[in-house]
Parts: sequence; structure tokens; C-alpha cells
Amino acid sequence: MEKVILSGDEAVARGAYEGGCTVAAAYPGTPSTEILEDVVKYKDNIYCEWSCNEKTAAELVSGASIGGARALVTMKHVGMNVATDPIFTMGYAGVNGGMVIVSADDPGCHSSQNEQDNRLYAPHAKLGMLEPSDSQECKDFTVAAFELSERFDVPMLIRMTTRICHAKSIVELGERNEVGVRKYERNTGKFALLPAVARRRHVAREEMLKKMEEYSNDCPFNTVETHEGNTVGIITSGVSYQHAKEVFGETADFLKLGLTYPLPHKLMKEFAEKYETLYVIEENDPYLEKEVKALGFTNAIGKEKLPICDELNAQIVREALTDAAKPELYQGFEVPGRAPALCAGCPHRGFFFALSKRLDKVVPVGDIGCYALGSAAPLNGFDYSICMGAGISSLIGLAKALELQGDKRKALGMVGDSTFFHSGLTSLINAVSSQANIVACILDNSITAMTGHQDNPGTAKNLMGEPTPIVDIVSLVKATGIDDDHIAIVDPIDLKTVEEALDKAIASDGVYVLITKRPCVMIKEVARANAGKHCRINTEKCKNCKMCMKIACPAISLKDGRPVIDESSCTQCGLCMEMCHFGAIEKVGA
Amino acid sequence: MVKSIVLVGVGGQGTILVSKILTAGLLKLGYDVKMSEIHGMSQRGGSVTTMIKYGDKVYAPNIGIGEADMIVSFEKIEAVRALPYLKKGGIIVTDDREIHPMSVLTGAAEYPHDALDKLGETVENLTVLKANEIAEELGNVRVSNVVLLGSLVKKMGLDQEGIDWKELVGNMVPAKAKEINLLAFERGYAL
Repeated sequence: MEKVILSGDEAVARGAYEGGCTVAAAYPGTPSTEILEDVVKYKDNIYCEWSCNEKTAAELVSGASIGGARALVTMKHVGMNVATDPIFTMGYAGVNGGMVIVSADDPGCHSSQNEQDNRLYAPHAKLGMLEPSDSQECKDFTVAAFELSERFDVPMLIRMTTRICHAKSIVELGERNEVGVRKYERNTGKFALLPAVARRRHVAREEMLKKMEEYSNDCPFNTVETHEGNTVGIITSGVSYQHAKEVFGETADFLKLGLTYPLPHKLMKEFAEKYETLYVIEENDPYLEKEVKALGFTNAIGKEKLPICDELNAQIVREALTDAAKPELYQGFEVPGRAPALCAGCPHRGFFFALSKRLDKVVPVGDIGCYALGSAAPLNGFDYSICMGAGISSLIGLAKALELQGDKRKALGMVGDSTFFHSGLTSLINAVSSQANIVACILDNSITAMTGHQDNPGTAKNLMGEPTPIVDIVSLVKATGIDDDHIAIVDPIDLKTVEEALDKAIASDGVYVLITKRPCVMIKEVARANAGKHCRINTEKCKNCKMCMKIACPAISLKDGRPVIDESSCTQCGLCMEMCHFGAIEKVGA
Repeated sequence: MVKSIVLVGVGGQGTILVSKILTAGLLKLGYDVKMSEIHGMSQRGGSVTTMIKYGDKVYAPNIGIGEADMIVSFEKIEAVRALPYLKKGGIIVTDDREIHPMSVLTGAAEYPHDALDKLGETVENLTVLKANEIAEELGNVRVSNVVLLGSLVKKMGLDQEGIDWKELVGNMVPAKAKEINLLAFERGYAL
């Protein structure tokens, strides 16, 4: 068969295709996003969509599985926190069509608010778990996951990490296994999880997990590699296997675990008892190590020497576990940092600049999305951010706490359009019901931007490119009972209007909703419309007051002490023109 | 024998595209290859890092400090930032392009224009290219990444029989920008 180079994400998508998957859903989140972006290549065989959030995606896929379809749901690690309600129940109920859940963890927090280790969800939710260690395994394990899910009547969790998701390696492709859809038959004794059913299903699940552990002891996913004369044994899984293999090669024996729940206790014992020196090499939490030690092998060395925090690489493993000399390094020198920033022309910039002038009147609260980039100096857009939706709901408690200490500042939070659909709507309903005294800002840029421009219920088409009805944010806000006097809809680049709206919002009582509406400049159609348009500073009119630089636009820099506009990145949003008191900034191009 | 290359630049410079073309070429040359990329927030003007390892058999996809045989940088200070990855005696190839980060734009920090002079005093093998100037001459600064690629292919001795790099470049860049990218590759290769 053909050999190609694929990322782990692309390989999972291919595995879904080859494994006979017919339904797939996800909410985008780095490093998982590319899976569904690739599944759409197979849309003739697989229905796929960006769901509102990870929970609705997991529920959609649970329904598909109960209905008899092989179904896939993917998410980033923190997304799984949102999705676990249905997932835990499906852990008891089991499946009809194979159900596969992908969690893409982010050791090292490359683009996340934490580095939680989602392997711990497998025993907690009683799911089977596979951990691929390269792209070939991503594809093969995904195909196998559908079969194992049906064979053991359990949802299968595929746990990936950033270096598996975003690393490309060689994959041999296979054919699609066209299994069709299993017939749906009413089975309340299995799927209607009322207490009496749940108690029985719990018993059935525990029995099935025992059978699955027997399988785990003797399956192609858990393998032993030995070489004559080795005295060191290593137990490892996922990308950590690759790091360990790079360091130890054939000088140590390996127990490489691919099916990591239920763990193969018999196999682990048989392996561990052969070695005086036993290493457990894994990223983040000591998931395998605790099991190894619980089996009585307290000589095993893991987190005593390897870090719990941050991702691993071969060099860290080498330094921790071998006598190899530390590499000699070049002594570098300090250079200015390069944190990501709001793009040139970003509609959020106007909102944040207006807000930055009112920071004495509000306690600003952020959320998850591009607007997180407004938190840096000089815009200093918010004090804290927690998770999706908390940009509205946490305001309710914050406002109470501020009131209790006589702090007159207003709790003001922000969510994006996609975040509003994800979980902001329930947060807003909660705020109305709580009669909270807050300002909820919805920064609508008509796209799920941070993860690379995915569609959401506010856009006119879906992942498969089909036209869809637009769910109107303003109507939703009004439907919560907020009157017209407590809603403002503004163009965030129109500074004067934004400032007036903010002042009115801050002075109002009750729940005030401020909606900024302007599409992201990186949306293809918007970028095309802006092509050739830019601004230019008329040096004769410019007084070099540098007011235009206060908006922190990456297109404006100082050259020989005077501001200049980079014509290739400027989108002619015009925000800097509003800043200039001397009319020195002019529009150039169509 | 496994070779490790760290490629660094700024979001939007085409670091990942060059890494993809290089990876495709190495695969064609019969090597085992792994390429690891860190992006996500980086498309918003942050630093971008990709790592390529190739050889008979590659295990770990990412590269630790002091492990890289080569650093390829698309921007001056990114070369300096990536320095801890470089093995003693390793090679740095960098464009002399300056892209000012937000801290410099707002005046909070000063851009070290002499960064490459200082880097040259630190490492033994530094090659500074004017890829961005060549790209500007060709009419689009955005193809400076492919100028750099052309130079790399020659420098790394990857211009072997059985591979047509220009065909690879042509297939992997946007169709409407094919011609200028091929010119960029040629100019880089001729450096």
C-alpha cells in the first residue's frame, strides 16, 4: 500500500475512514483541531461537523453509537472536562456502533491553560484506552479502537499529546472497512440509565473490564522488546516510548504499552520481576508508575528522577537516567520576547483600546479565544481568565465579592461568538436569573478564530461546506429577557461609539450586554476584500506625537524615530486614523 | 546517524511550509523522517518552531537543548532565541530580516540590530543570508522562505540524484505563486 507522511491528527482521520466510521463531531481545540479538518476529506463516507461544544459533540456521537453507527468525537484535553458527563454514562451503558473518543493533551501548555493528564479519565470513566506513539499507530489504533469498542462493548479513549498530534511521520495506508451501520433496536435495559439499570450496568462493566484486562495481557498493542544481556527494564507508553528508545536504543529492554486501560497487570509483573533496574518513563502524572509500584515493584524509578511538569524530550530522559555528560551549550544573550499579539486590523483592538481607558472603573475578565491576546501590555485587557463561558458566569460571583468589600468597580467580562455558543448562553441566562449587576461583552468576529477559522452556529456554512441557517446572537440575548435599553451593538473599530457604549454599560444597573460586531480580518473572504488596501502616514502632516502607536498595532513601527505603517500587513481598518489628531494618516488603494 | 534541524521564525513567514517541503524531500531520499511543529497561537505573530529529524531510524520527534546539528532561522533574533538547541560545533543559517515584536513596536524594548554580529562571536558556523532582499528583488518578500530553502538544500548536500527539488516546491506552494517560488529556490540555491 501507499506510504505517506502524516501528522498524528491526519493519521487519526485516516484511521476513522479506514475503520468504517460514519459520524464524527468535535469542537476545535489545539492540538486536536486538525483531526476533523482532515475527516472532512472523507465526507462522502463520514458525516462530520463542528459542534457547539465538546459536550454536545460527545452527546451527538453517543446517540450515533447507540443508533448503530461507528462514531468519533475529538477534543483537546480541557475540552474533555466539558464532555465527560455523557462520556461517564456511556462508560456504563456501552455502545452499539463502536464509539471512539480522542483526547489531545498538551504537556508543556503550548496552547492551553493547563497540562492535565487525561489518561486518568480512563479508569475514572471506565473506558478502554489506547496510546499511540507515532502517526502509524495513530492510524492503526483508531481502526482497532472501533473494533475493540464493539468487541468489549465500551467507548474507547485514544489519548494523544501535542508531539503525537503535530509530529509528522511515515504511515502506510489501508483500505476502508465498510462495516455499515448496526441495526438500532430498543434496549432500555442497557441504554436508559435509570438507577436500577445503572446498578446492573456497573456490574456488567466491571466484569467486562476484567475480560478486557485478560486481553490486555496478550494483545498486539502491549509488546516486550528484549536483547540478550540487558539489565535495565523500561515501562513506557505514547511519545515517551520514542524518547526512551532514542536514549537507550537496544541497551535496555522495553515493555511498550499501547493499551493502557485496563493495564496488563500480569504482563507488567512478568516483565518487571526480571530487572533490578526498572524505569517507568512517562510525561506528566505517574499513571503507569503508581500501578507498577502497587504491583509490588517499589524499586521502580519514575518521578523520583523525571519531571512531572512540562513535556519530555530525549535530552531530559538522558540527563535524568544515564551518566551521559550534560551537553555543552552556547551561552546566548537576552533578546526581546515575541508573544503572540492581536493581528493588524483585528476588530478586537478597538474594543480593548477603549476598555484600556476605563480600567479604573471595571474589573475586566477574559475567556478563551483570540481576545486572550488583548491581555498583554499596553492594552492590559483583563485581570483573569478561567475557562470557556467563565467570562460571563464568573462575573456573577465576582460582582458579589466586589460589593461585599465596597469596591465600586463594575465586573465586566468578554466572550467571543464561538464561546458564546459554546457555553456563554447558559452563563448569560444564569446572570439574568441571578439579577447580577454586570457587563457581558460578546466580541463577535463571525468565526472561531484562534484555532484556525472554523465555522460555528453564527456562520452561514458548516464543516462540510453546506449552507446552514445563522443562529442570531442578538435574538438569543433578547430572549433571555434583557431589554433593548441594556443591549448595545457596535462596530469595535468605531472608537467613539464603543467608548460611549462602554460608559453607558458601566453606568447601568443589571445585566448589560455589549456586542461588538465585525468579522475577523483573517477570514479568506474578508482578506480578499481588503487586498491592496492599506493606510499611509503623510509625513508632512505627521507631528510625530506617536498617538497612532498607542493602539499596539503590529503594522505600525518606528523607523528613524518616526511611525511608519507596514503596507503589507495593514488592512486599512482605520483605527489609527481615529487616533490621529492631525489627519496625517491616509487611505491608499481601493 | 540521525540529523536534527530546528527551524525558527515568526508566524506568517512560511517556516512550516519550508519544513514540509524539506520533510517531503528527505522522505523521497529514502530517510526515515519526523517533523514536529509548534503552532496554534503562533499564527498571531508569535515565534514558530519546527523540528526535523532524519536518518536511518528516527524515534523522538522533538529536539532537546544541545541536540540540534543545525538551526535555520527566518529572522535575526529568533536565531538567538533558538541558540540553546544548538550542539557544540553546530551550524546556524539565518536570514538577516528584522521583524519587530510588540515590545519593540511600543518602545518597551530595543531591537538588537547587532544581534547577528554578537551571534557570530559566539558560534563557529554562522551563515547570514539576505534572503529577504532577494525575495524583494523578485517582487514578493513572502518568498524569502523558499530562497532560504534553496540555500539549505545545497548546503546540506540534499541535491542528490533521484530528487527534483523544484518539482517538490512547485507542487507544494500555491499554484498562483509557483513561478516566483521556483525563481526564489533557484536564487537561494545559487547563493
